[in-house]
This record gives sequence, structure tokens and C-alpha cells, in this order.
Amino acid sequence: MKRKLRNWYTYASPVTLYPLVNRLIPWFAIPSAILFAAGLYVGFVVAPTDFQQGEVYRVLFIHVPAAWMGMLLYVLMSVYASLGWAYNIRVSSMMASALSMTGAMFTLISLVTGSLWGRPAWGTWWVWDARMTSTLILLFLYIGFIVLQMSIDDPRRADRAGALVAAVGLINVPIIYMSVQWWNTLHQGATIRIVQQSTIAPPMLTALLLMVAACWLYSVAVVLARLSCIMTEREHFQVAE
Amino acid sequence: MKATSAHGVIFRWLIWREILLSWRRRADLFSTLAFFIVIVSLFPLSVDPDARLLRSIAGGVLWVSALLSTMLGFHRMFSQDFADGSLDQLILLPQPLFLTVIGKVAAQFLLLGVPLVLISPLLGLQYGLTSTATLQLASTLLLGVPVLILLNAIGAALTLGIHGGGLVAALIVLPLCIPALVFGAGGNISLVGAVFALTLAFAPPATAAALRISLE
Repeated sequence: MKRKLRNWYTYASPVTLYPLVNRLIPWFAIPSAILFAAGLYVGFVVAPTDFQQGEVYRVLFIHVPAAWMGMLLYVLMSVYASLGWAYNIRVSSMMASALSMTGAMFTLISLVTGSLWGRPAWGTWWVWDARMTSTLILLFLYIGFIVLQMSIDDPRRADRAGALVAAVGLINVPIIYMSVQWWNTLHQGATIRIVQQSTIAPPMLTALLLMVAACWLYSVAVVLARLSCIMTEREHFQVAE
Repeated sequence: MKATSAHGVIFRWLIWREILLSWRRRADLFSTLAFFIVIVSLFPLSVDPDARLLRSIAGGVLWVSALLSTMLGFHRMFSQDFADGSLDQLILLPQPLFLTVIGKVAAQFLLLGVPLVLISPLLGLQYGLTSTATLQLASTLLLGVPVLILLNAIGAALTLGIHGGGLVAALIVLPLCIPALVFGAGGNISLVGAVFALTLAFAPPATAAALRISLE
């Protein structure tokens, strides 16, 4: 037990983590590719056409995982950034920076696919629906974090400043969500039901679960790859100092 | 007892210093206020000056304009003290840094927020608001502008000494202002008050932490 704990802490150092990260990347990247292929096959070929929405509902298979990942990665990013700030762990802060880009990308994908889905399903590209609005605000929070980190030259200051913004953002997320909900009920009469009335067909669920798993693994692989790049860059700067 | 009164003295001195310094650069204050008035007056020119439409958008327009005006040039809050070295002295004061931040925010509110709130009924008149609606709007602004200033302080502290920091600060702070904006423009005074209380609790310590990060 004691030995295990010590081993775990040794990975807080970039020197020991770097080889591990590079070794782990293919273990996530390859299963992710396989699951993407399987998920897309089941989603596009096996799953039946929806009797209400036709073929267009298939956007769901990328839209739903992307929306989940967008929210989850923000929480993860804040946790890593706060840990890096509180305990002064460089790797943790680097992890937060690596997560921010992937999280922002998934949030953007969920917005774009949602809009593409909304056009045929609701007849409009954009609705100021509570869920869509809060996803948009989540994207703004990501952008604030990324822009702040990009604009600060000193990496340690960028880490800490980013951690503060992420933590303040995380505190604000429930309040923002509540206010948007409140605003939405005030301004709109009928809300749009996203959940379909009919129960989801088994092949649809299979495809969705496959895609969710694929997105998880993809996120891990890409974040680790990005972490590896950040570590190379930063440690290199320190050597040059 | 002695320590508390010392804090009080420092606090008063801090607000007085801030007011004095800002008054000696009063062009900044007037330009902020003018900006607010101009922005609010541009809306009827850019949309249809239909009385009903104007009345329905008045709250939102005034709130967004107030948000933009408080944001304009707000990075000066710490950057001038940073440039002449007095910020280092302020951090060394024998009182918690968040109290210093509250002092600066209070001074900013007196200098910038109060005139903004006072002028808002006049602008409400431009939009054909009834006297009750005007009063409601002014009172939400009275509680809401401190929220905006408190949040701006975080952004200003984080981007201290960064090239193009004002824009970055705006990008960080704007999403955080959404609850105040939604409740304020919606005319719900009690919820704006709740947001104010919450912001007053977390923003000054966050600003203090941000100052320490930036000055390290």
C-alpha cells in the first residue's frame, strides 16, 4: 500500500510522467478509433430510421457525447487547475491547459451539431433555450480560460491565473444555469422537448453508448498527447533558462 | 479594539486616496459616463423608435450599457498603482488584502456607479418608461453595478501588466456577469440583492488572490 502511494506521487514530476504518458497514448487512441468505427457503423447502418424525425436524428450520436464531454471536461479542468495551484504541482496545471482545448472543442461541436439538428427538427438554427444558452456560456468560460492563459507569458503565472478563473467559473456555473433557467421561463411560453416521446430503440442506445465510450477514450488520448507536447515545451524552456 | 480602529482608519484613508486620485483624472470619469449615455442613446437610432419596442428593451439596453461602461477602462483600477509602485505598498498594509480590495471597489462605486445610477432615470425617460419602471430599474442598477465592479476587479487584477489585458479581462468577466444581468434586466430586485451578497463574499478574496498571483 505504502509502496503504491509513493509510486503514485512520483508521477507528479514531469520527468517520470513524460515516458508514461507517451506509452499510454496508443492504449487509448487505438480503442477509441475502433469504438468510433463501431459506433458510426451501428449508428448509420444498423440503427433504424426514426419515425418522427427521419434520418436527421442520427446527429444525436455525436451531439450527446460531445455535450457530455464539454461539461465534464470543464469540471475536470477546474479540479486539475485548482490542485496545481493549491499544491504547486506543475503537471496538474499542464493537464488543465491540455484539457481546456479539448473541452472547448467538444462544447463547440455540441453547439454546431445541435444547431444543425435544430434546423430540420425545430425549423430554426438557434433557440434561446436554457440548455443551449448555458452551453454557449460554457463555451465563453472556456474561451476566457484559454485566452487568459495564452496572453500571459510566464507559464507559472498563467497556470495560477487560469486556476483562479476556472475555480470562479465553477462556482458560477450553477448560478449561471439557474439564472438562465429563470430567464428562460420568464421569456418563453413553451419549452422544447429534447427527449423523444418514444423509448429509444436498442440499436440506437448501443450506438450512443459506443460513441460515448469512443469520445471518452478520444479525450483521454488527445489530452495526454497535448500534455506530452506541453511538457516537452515547458521543460525545454526550463533547461534553456 | 485598537487593531479594528486601525483598520477603519486605513479603510477610510484608502477610499479618500482613491477618490482624490480619480478626481484629479476626472476626464476618465466623465468619459465613462458620457459613453454610457451615448451607448444608450444609440439603440433607438439603430432599432425602430417604436414606443412599445423601446419600453420592452429599455431594461436590457441600460443594463448592457452599464456593463460595458463599467468595463471600459476598468483595468486602470490596479494598473496605475502597479505602474507607480504603490500597489506593492498597498499589499504590505497591515490589514487583509481583501479589505483593501473592498476599499478600492467602494471608491469606484462612489465615483462611477453612483453617477451611473443617478443618470439612469433620465435615460429611462428617453425610452418612455413609467415612473415605477424607472424606479425599479434604478434600484436594480444600484444593487447591480457594485456586482459588476466587484467582478471587474477580478479581471483587472488577473490581467495586471499584460499586453492587451483590458480585452482579456472583459472576456473573462462578461460570462460571470450574466446572472446579475438576467436578474437585473428582468427587474427582480431581491435576486439581484442575492447575487450582490454572494459576489461580495467571494469576489474580494478572489481579487486578492489574483493580485498576489500577478505580482509574484
